[in-house]
Amino acid sequence: MPALRDWGMPALVTLPMSRTIIPFGPQHPVLPEPVHLDLVVEDEKVIEARPSIGFVHRGLEKLVEKKDYVEFVYIAERICGICSFIPGPTYCQAIEALMNIPVPPRAHYLRTVWGELSRIHSHLLWLGLMADAVGFESLFMHSWRVREKVLNIIEATTGGRVIFGSCKIGGVRRDIGADAIRQMLADLKKIEQDTRDITRVFLDDSSVKDRLCGVGVLSRQDAYELGCVGPMLRASGVAQDMRQLGYAAFKDLDFEPITRTEGDSYARCAARCQEIFQSIDLIRQALGKIPDGEIAVKVTGNPNGEFMARTEQPRGEVAYCIKANGTKNLQRFRVRTPTFANLPAMLKLLPGCDLADVPVLVLTIDPCISCTER
Amino acid sequence: MTPISQEQTLELIPVDKLLERVQAMHQQGYRLVQISATRLPDKLELTYSFALEGRVAQLRLHLVDDVPCVPSISSIYWCAFLYENEIHDLFNLAVEGMAVDFKGTLYKTAVKYPFGSTKPPVAKAGTATATSAASTPAPVPPPPSATANTR
Repeated sequence: MPALRDWGMPALVTLPMSRTIIPFGPQHPVLPEPVHLDLVVEDEKVIEARPSIGFVHRGLEKLVEKKDYVEFVYIAERICGICSFIPGPTYCQAIEALMNIPVPPRAHYLRTVWGELSRIHSHLLWLGLMADAVGFESLFMHSWRVREKVLNIIEATTGGRVIFGSCKIGGVRRDIGADAIRQMLADLKKIEQDTRDITRVFLDDSSVKDRLCGVGVLSRQDAYELGCVGPMLRASGVAQDMRQLGYAAFKDLDFEPITRTEGDSYARCAARCQEIFQSIDLIRQALGKIPDGEIAVKVTGNPNGEFMARTEQPRGEVAYCIKANGTKNLQRFRVRTPTFANLPAMLKLLPGCDLADVPVLVLTIDPCISCTER
Repeated sequence: MTPISQEQTLELIPVDKLLERVQAMHQQGYRLVQISATRLPDKLELTYSFALEGRVAQLRLHLVDDVPCVPSISSIYWCAFLYENEIHDLFNLAVEGMAVDFKGTLYKTAVKYPFGSTKPPVAKAGTATATSAASTPAPVPPPPSATANTR
């Protein structure tokens, strides 16, 4: 084989560039939870990302063999601490559908309120992490300062801050009194104003926009084909939101899915910002329409059959598949979490990006490894 | 808001019809929601869930062999590789032709194939083999010596 210099070309130009593999995670300052990526880079460009998860798989699905279907609500609630309330009612919804349990309307509204509070605090948590990833420390602290106010409402109405323990099959365990509702509405007004202040920075500040605009563009077609869910999908222009199915009190509330068309990291950030205000509006609507009455019904018997319940968690659609055979213990409990559905898209986005953009791209899917490794 | 109407269907199909039916789903515009496995006493049940707006269509396979094997659908739905690797690592189900094959390393569980049996999983000392963990209980590792970790 002739040497390159024999062709009159400088050897340094035509030599293949060296590739380097950079291990990223599972413990890394920008990663909230353990996920590992082997990043194959040429110079500063990522050309391949090899993921590795499964460091903390908890096997919660297997626990249905030991816990009866009523006790299992406590396990379902602990699948994710950031989606907080939503896993509980999603599980209950599946059991209630199998057993034809008439959940009181007031319980539906209370579930909706706590679910939307969970979405607000989850999105504020994500905004803080994103600010941290782009090096905007004060914005990170402001985001979490506002989130703290949401957690205070949750604590005042449920007694918990992350795990609420308020949902049960057939309804909810706690009510929210008229005084607490008035206080919540007053607190929401302050939270809305504070959120408006910080989201203005996320959406208008040039230093943040420089890190997000045009980074990790996911087309509408790719987002759908790759099975994306939640803000990841809606930021690419697909108006899909499981709340449109009308579960809980959503059938009585007015809302439209928030969509963007850019499909980049900025669009995903903007979609989450807008969803905070949408959730505040939904809580106001729900508290304005909440009916009086019972908050739970007595449940007897055991479930039998199969059902898949789908709800909208902060990160997107979650699917709870339940298979029961008329005994106390379910035959199968299967959860497809939103992060699991968004991981393939993340792997498609990373090749071609700058190494410095990897933290931003990983964070824009809002990864929750806790629920992925349920 | 007028809710989207919901409908769930379930269809039992033979393994050799899987790719054909999944291709038909793809052409109709369905997206892949999830793939799940259920270990029953006499068989392994595999469910592929697809959704289009409020409609959920599920395809089901019943696998009765001791070491079952199914074709991967990741050539049709690329994102399926993650579900298929998960099912392999948790249920000891071989999936042929995955777009990305982690070769059993997606999940680093203390028990190999923890959902591979209807019996409770038993922790094994050292590395478990592919076939023994699902069928036979592993020997219980001896307790640490009394002198170990005393300081």
